[in-house]
Order: sequence, then C-alpha cells, then structure tokens
Amino acid sequence: MTLAKDMIRWMGGTAILSKQVLSELVRPPLYFRLILEQIHHIGLMSLPLVFITAISTGMVMALQFGLGLEKFGGKMYVPKVVSLSIIRELGPVFTSLMMAARVGAGITSELGSMKVTQQIDAIRALGTSPIKKIVIPRVIACLICVPLLGAMANLIGIMGGLIVGWSELGLSPHFYWQKVLETIELVDYMSGMGKTFFFALFIALPACYFGLNVSGGTRGVGVATTTSVVTASILILVGDYFLTKLFWIFEQWL
Amino acid sequence: MAVIEVKNFTKSFGSKKVHRGVNLSVEPGECLGLIGGSGVGKSVILRSLIGLEKPDSGEIFIDGEEISGWTERQLVEIRKKVAYVFQNGALFDSMTVYDNLAYPLREHTPLTEKEIGERIHSQLEEFGLLGNHSVYPSQLSGGMQKRVGLARSIIMGPKVVLYDEPTAGLDPYNTKKIQEMILRLKARGVTSVFVTHDMPSVYAVCDRIALLLNGEIQASGTVQDLERDPEGLMQRFINGIEGA
Ligand SMILES: Nc1ncnc2c1ncn2[C@@H]1O[C@H](COP(=O)(O)OP(=O)(O)OP(=O)(O)O)[C@@H](O)[C@H]1O
Ligand SMILES: [Mg+2]
Repeated sequence: MTLAKDMIRWMGGTAILSKQVLSELVRPPLYFRLILEQIHHIGLMSLPLVFITAISTGMVMALQFGLGLEKFGGKMYVPKVVSLSIIRELGPVFTSLMMAARVGAGITSELGSMKVTQQIDAIRALGTSPIKKIVIPRVIACLICVPLLGAMANLIGIMGGLIVGWSELGLSPHFYWQKVLETIELVDYMSGMGKTFFFALFIALPACYFGLNVSGGTRGVGVATTTSVVTASILILVGDYFLTKLFWIFEQWL
Repeated sequence: MAVIEVKNFTKSFGSKKVHRGVNLSVEPGECLGLIGGSGVGKSVILRSLIGLEKPDSGEIFIDGEEISGWTERQLVEIRKKVAYVFQNGALFDSMTVYDNLAYPLREHTPLTEKEIGERIHSQLEEFGLLGNHSVYPSQLSGGMQKRVGLARSIIMGPKVVLYDEPTAGLDPYNTKKIQEMILRLKARGVTSVFVTHDMPSVYAVCDRIALLLNGEIQASGTVQDLERDPEGLMQRFINGIEGA
C-alpha cells in the first residue's frame, strides 16, 4: 500500500520536476560553466568505467559465441553476432546501467546531502533556482554524455570482440573488421543510440528527484540513493523493451 | 507602513499543528526579537517570510505586498531585499569561502570580479575572517561557518535581515562582534527580526520583543515594558518559569 503511494508520489513528483526543467530551460540564464563542470564529472570521469565494461562485454561475447559456434563451424559469424548485439543492445544498455550506478548514486547523494544541510534552501534564499543551478546542468550533462559514452562503448566493445577473435579464435582482424562493416547498417546504430537519450533522462531525472526530496537526515540520503539507482536501472531495463519495439516500428517505415 | 506584517499565520507538519495564528509586524528600521522555546516554530516563521515555506493559511506582507501565493520566480525580488541568515550557515560546501561570498554578487549584480574581490575582502575583514579566502567550509569551525554565513547573507546590502540564532554557539568575543554588526546594520536603517535564545543579545540589539508560545505570539513589548512588568508572561519565560 505504501509502495503504491510512493510510486504515485514519485511519478507525480518526476512529472512536476520535468515540467519545471522545461519551463526554466527556456528562461535565461543558462549556466554553461556548471554544465561543463557536470560534463567533466559525469562524462569524463566515467570513461574508465565505460571502457572496462565495454571491452569486457565484447571479449566475453566473442569468446562465448566463438566457442559455442565452433562446433557447428560457425566461427565466421562471430563478428556479425557480436557487433550487432553490441550496437543494438549491449553497448547502450550496459553503458547506461553503469552510469545509473555511478552517476545516479553520485547525483542523489550529493543533492540529498545538500538538502539536509539546507544548501538547497540557501540557493533559493539567495534568489537563485535549484532547478537552474543543480538540476538542469546535470540533466543536460547526462543527455550529452550518456549517448557519447554509448557510442564509445560500441566501438570499444567491437574492438574487444576483435581482439578475442584474433587471439583465441584465429579470425584475422582484417576479416573481422570487414564483416563488422558489412553487417552494421545505420538503422542498427540509430536504434541503439536513440535509446541512450531516453536512458540519460531515466538516470538524471529520478536521481535529481530523489536527491531533492530526501527526508530524515543522513539515513534518508542513503535510502534515496539506493532507491534512485534501483529506479533508474529498472527504467532502463524495462524501458529498453518498449523502446526497442518502438524503434522497430520506425525501422519498418524506413 | 510596516515592512513585515504577518496575519493569522497557521502551519502544520503532518498532524502537528505548530502555528495556530501568529500575528506580528515590524516597522521600518526596527529590530524585533523573536523568542520562544525550542521547536515552537521560530525558524519556520522566518523561512516563510522569504517564501521558503508556505503558510497553510494567513497572510504575509513584505513592504505591503502579500507574498504567500507567489511563485519561486516572483519571490526572487523578495529574496534580493530580504536576507535570511541560516541557523547553521548553510554554506555551499563545494565552494571556497570566497566563492560562497561571491555567489549572490555574481548572480545579482553587474560588478566586475575585481570589485567583487574588494567587497569580499572588506566583508571578511569586518567579520574577522581575513585569510580564509580559499578555505572550504568544512575546514572552518562551527562559529566561523556561522560568521561566513552571516557575511554571505548581508553582502548584497539587504533592506531586511532575518537572523536565525546568529549568536548561538559563539564565544563571548564573537557574540559581541555580531551584536555590533547588527547594530551597525540597524544604524544604516536595516529592518530586522532576531530569533534567539540569547537574552543579553536581545537586550543589546532589539527594540521590541515578541514571545512565541503554543503557536501564537503571547506577549510582546519593548524592553522597557518588560522591566516595568516583572510578573508578566515574558519575564516568567525569560526566567525559565514558563516553558514551551
Ligand atoms: N520540514 C519539516 N517537516 C516536519 N516537521 C517540521 C519541518 N520543519 C519544522 N518542523 C516542525 O516544526 C516545529 C518548529 O520548527 P522550527 O525549526 O521552526 O523550531 P524553532 O522554534 O526554530 O526551534 P529552535 O529554537 O530549536 O531552532 C518543530 O517542532 C519541527 O518538528
Ligand atoms: Mg530554529
């Protein structure tokens, strides 16, 4: 019962937050410096994490498919299978999930601490808007960084597959790369990348919402952080299904 | 016309009715001391005066304008002229002392960075905080954080200042400094509300005192009125005979 209530409150709250973000976005000032700062925190600092996630994914995929398909003489299909699944699904989704963990938790705990130490009130009391100062830079930084990191993850994931294909499966890098280029079409790429914009919002908006609405002191910050990461992850995983379907419909049109 | 006027202010948190109808007004240039037990809702009243909190019912007038229904964007105008000094400083802990003080100036004035630097220098000097420019709030003592918070609140030269226990936790020397600061601002014509438990400071700076008890202002008067009526509610509260 309380869960249902919390869900409704959360949905309403996020809707209101989104509306505030939109309405304040079109009114000056926009703090570019704060956006750049957040791109640094959210994007640049996530590079190592995304790199490791992507390269491991690609390597494991190549190994699994390579060893599995070898029995049927299907080793040549490894580049195709690996690159398609990475570009359409695993690159964007794994990147976003890792970002939900790292960035979502970071945003919520930071905003939550600011809330309990009255820094959010101070922003308001000094005649400025927490939406502009805090929320918008983080949302925009996520919208810029998650897709870029996703694109990077695609490339690195395929490279990971290439390395394993070469070292473990005896596929020449040239052959591998050739196959990848043959396989991947623009729509595959778009369908994968298109999702990352939604995932960016699934990370940033709940993270800000739960952070700004912390109650109950330090313990509340911990609870909010957990809730924020769980919510973002679920939104990404469940949203992925529906977005895939949606993009599929678009692809039929093209 | 009163600078601040609160009429029939009520506010509840959950099922707890904190304010049952608070009425108070503060005249231009006056300093009103607001006293009352811990948790009676003094901070909530101050917060409401700049729209950080909304009353459940009642009216709040600042310079004759009723602000309780205003949006955040409209309230910016109020917040530029009414400063709220947070009970614990509420400094931005990701910024240095300098950047904390520069925050309102960069936001609301066309001053150059050089002019801002000069303004901050003189402000820090006034508060005995020179040499702490590039220090982060977490590296300061509680009392210093409070002083920086006070410095940040008034750096814009506000017309009204709401002090939330500015002297609590300060040593006698700095308490004296804060009192002098408040008196200096008062001499410049600043109107203020001074929430505190520190009676010597009330006597030192306030023109009038109001006692918040059981969700209402139950007694108010000048310091002289108080002395004339040693048996009154206010005296009994101050002497610890009457509580929250
Ligand atoms: N955000 C809130 N949520 C729930 N209750 C609150 C909230 N803010 C204030 N209260 C309640 O309102 C009452 C008044 O709080 P307030 O902070 O105004 O007290 P105060 O008079 O300033 O006390 P003190 O002298 O200790 O600072 C308290 O009992 C507190 O429990
Ligand atoms: Mg208080």
